[in-house]
Amino acid sequence: MSLNIIVLAKQVPDTRNVGKDAMKADGTINRAALPAIFNPEDLNALEQALRIKDANPGSTVTILTMGLPRAAEVIREAMYRGADGGIVLTDRALGGADTLATSYSLAQAVKKIGNYDIILGGRQAIDGDTAQVGPQIAEKLGIPQVTYAEDILSIGDGKVVVKRRLENGVEVVKAPLPCVVTVNGSAAPCRPRNAQRLMKFKYAVSESEKNGLKPEIAAIVEKRPYLTIKEWGAAFVEADPEQIGLAGSPTKVKAVENVVFTAKENLCMDGKNDAQIEDLVKELIANHTIG
Amino acid sequence: MAETDRNNLIVYCEYEDGHVADVSLELLTKGRALANKLGVKLEAIVLGDKLDGLEKELYKYGADVVYKVEDKRLYPYTSNPHAAVLINLFKEIQPQICLMGATCIGRDLGPRVSSCLHSGLTADCTSLEIGNHTDPKTGQNYSDLLYQIRPAFGGNIVATIVNPDHRPQMATVREGVMKKEVYDENHKGCVVKLDAKKYVKDEDFVVEIIDRHIEKSKVNIKNSPIIVAGGYGVGSKENFNLLFDLAHVLGGEVGASRAAVDAGYIEHERQIGQTGVTVRPKLYIACGISGQIQHIAGMQDSSIIISINSDPNAPINKIADYVITGDMEEVVPKLIKYYKKNSK
Repeated sequence: MSLNIIVLAKQVPDTRNVGKDAMKADGTINRAALPAIFNPEDLNALEQALRIKDANPGSTVTILTMGLPRAAEVIREAMYRGADGGIVLTDRALGGADTLATSYSLAQAVKKIGNYDIILGGRQAIDGDTAQVGPQIAEKLGIPQVTYAEDILSIGDGKVVVKRRLENGVEVVKAPLPCVVTVNGSAAPCRPRNAQRLMKFKYAVSESEKNGLKPEIAAIVEKRPYLTIKEWGAAFVEADPEQIGLAGSPTKVKAVENVVFTAKENLCMDGKNDAQIEDLVKELIANHTIG
Repeated sequence: MAETDRNNLIVYCEYEDGHVADVSLELLTKGRALANKLGVKLEAIVLGDKLDGLEKELYKYGADVVYKVEDKRLYPYTSNPHAAVLINLFKEIQPQICLMGATCIGRDLGPRVSSCLHSGLTADCTSLEIGNHTDPKTGQNYSDLLYQIRPAFGGNIVATIVNPDHRPQMATVREGVMKKEVYDENHKGCVVKLDAKKYVKDEDFVVEIIDRHIEKSKVNIKNSPIIVAGGYGVGSKENFNLLFDLAHVLGGEVGASRAAVDAGYIEHERQIGQTGVTVRPKLYIACGISGQIQHIAGMQDSSIIISINSDPNAPINKIADYVITGDMEEVVPKLIKYYKKNSK
């Protein structure tokens, strides 16, 4: 049985490794100082997709991402690891979207893809940590969702069996296909790049990246259709302008503040000075903080 | 002013083993304060099986109205049926605000409901307030909106989100972020029993639970008066044993920063911070924690903070009461030694 699998992926700033230069003096984010990476849990989702593909020869894995044109990088990366191709949903009109407008736009793109059996994605993206887009896409498509997935135990006969990792336990559920499954970081890590695939797909480019190519490489890309990463706009996926971007977002950012903690007066001591440390312990015992 | 502004505030309550989840009671406490400010009623909704008597606990925390939807199939939780009930009920009663726990349930349910109702939803709020808003483009004024305040961008900024034109204004909040306080032991409300069949169709029960193992968490850092927490600077899984030793002699628990959890030094359920647990112990000993904002957000209300760090300029030192500059491998055993020597 071959399956059409869609993996939702996002290119995100690496907020886990925020260095000292990540914030500008005026309190805004210095995006240039943050590397753009493949959202970690989307890689876990990709691995689950590739496992389904391995077990069901003839299946295809299509990556769908929304973002700037350079988000084609995550599709290329996924192709090196085993995905068949992908689509960048990119359009100025999509900018400033909250999670609801984002899910509407992505759901429209999924409808345009048309034929799909399962949609996988990471539980959440590290730039927002909301975990909302997966379930909202499921709702927009009118299909069920399985969140917090740790392992896809089986897929077939129009059903998928998924192990979910919850706060204080595990649950195994069976859901009908098609459905949306969002995958936890506790799931199996994604396989690395495959050297042969890296060679095969190293010239994979999106429509807008084609402009900068050397003529000899452009000729190769022209000859091999699998090297083209599709680029779709809002009009192409028939998105209602009222429901996308800033205008389509019910939530508005009223204010953004840089986080500043007021410094307390503190008592400093040296780790090598035993007398100081003993005095501290005595003080904490005396005021009943400990003991 | 939008016409729905006198409508009520509703809290979706989770329950397991006949008990309402702490996070739901925390949200009722917060919801009561917000409802009083708005001059509206506080409502609670519980879905499931065997809900007898549950309202008594909810009244204490300030609920004026308790909606009960009983159907065997509504427990344990599955997405579509719970979403269907909320969507259909909200169309009827049009709450102006809906709060849910930022749990595996609330974070699964909230987006589905908000997508269908096209209302905004803000995840993992750390603060909720009522305030006014003027749209910077249209100049339109809105009064008494819910300010949904949350850290963003890995905790480096704090954003205030509003939801001017759509109802309900929805927000999720993690367990432990709001305080749980009995509003009034004698507060009484009323129960509204809803006929499940009117709100959820058989076709909504599409996902089947085959197996379920839920355990009470063994780790209880949220309620521990003393926390010894380690960061990336602890350096290894083995070194975390030192923290366990110190926590053991002091009668406390061990916590960790996200960096230490990501590095695999310790399990996720001990993570403190924006994406972990929020704690307010009387003593917080931070070992090898640099103090990323996302961590500080989860422990800054501790009564006394001791920072042990080899870097005298570690950001966490700014909020610490005592700063010990040195190697935690050296300092932690000394704390144990002097505690044993001086305590009776």
